[in-house]
Amino acid sequence: MKARKKSLYVFIFAGLAIAAALALLVAPWASSSPDGLEKVAEDKGFIEKAEETEPAWNGAPIPDYSVPGIGDSHPALATALAGLAGTIAVFLLAWGLALVLKKKGGEKDTARLSG
Amino acid sequence: MHIPDGFLNSGVSIATGVVAAGAIGIGMVKARDELDEKSVPLLALCTAFVFAAQMLNFPVAGGTSGHFLGAVLAVVLLGPWLGSLVIGLVLLVQCLGFADGGISALGANAFNMAVVGGIFGYYIFYLLKRLLPRDKKFFLLSAGGAAWLSVVLASGACAVELAISGTTPLSVTLPTMLGIHAVIGVGEAVITTLVLAIVLAARPDLIRSYDYGPRMYELDEAEVG
Repeated sequence: MKARKKSLYVFIFAGLAIAAALALLVAPWASSSPDGLEKVAEDKGFIEKAEETEPAWNGAPIPDYSVPGIGDSHPALATALAGLAGTIAVFLLAWGLALVLKKKGGEKDTARLSG
Repeated sequence: MHIPDGFLNSGVSIATGVVAAGAIGIGMVKARDELDEKSVPLLALCTAFVFAAQMLNFPVAGGTSGHFLGAVLAVVLLGPWLGSLVIGLVLLVQCLGFADGGISALGANAFNMAVVGGIFGYYIFYLLKRLLPRDKKFFLLSAGGAAWLSVVLASGACAVELAISGTTPLSVTLPTMLGIHAVIGVGEAVITTLVLAIVLAARPDLIRSYDYGPRMYELDEAEVG
């Protein structure tokens, strides 16, 4: 049990390292062309509807995946750091949420193991 | 295909939001039973990978880019409920943290990508898997096929929402959205298949829907007994 649990965490953190590396090293060089929906909106002439609309939420700490302040001088670095921050943040957030949700199941497991 | 603010009317925003919140809510209730020592870290890893991979826009024909969605990858790994929770969480963080996708369209984006792409995508995968021979190759083929279709169907749902909102007629947008995403979906299928093949080689017991070998729950039972 202990050996396999260890290899589970090796797998998980190796996976996280790959995800972080993709965000850090590949994301800055991703295509900046419009995505499928944006392209259709441009071609069919309704992109203005979004451009003319004031966003309902202005509190995003890292708008457009570019860390504010360094986006103009170092755009690749700003994107790399945004990607890294986001990847680590969602990893921790998902783990935390899963632990909160798990509670009841966790008790059941304990009962089964001890019984 | 993250919809920004301004494309949808309030009726469509609310209706899709209610359905998406309901489906992800069910996922969170199911999570209580489905989460264990293995699926908690796997859910976290899956969320991190989907977030990172969604940043990697690749060029497709005609000055357009596409990126990985990850809905079918998540549901094949974690089942439909936890898988759609992963996508919902990614969309929420993208919207609030990175201003990607409008907050008024968050419900519609979750409906398209987590419910249509994820939950519906899971049942497409499940059907393909049942119809095809029980074999690792066909398991991957089922996931790849469902991944392609999940992106195409999600883009179709997006086009329907834009049409109901009066933003653009369905006859104009549906064929173009489906056409572009039929190409983007090839990337989705390739990445989904590749990642699953790697997990299958390293830790097949972590793939919830892979029941051709030792599974995490059977292994747990064996350990307890």
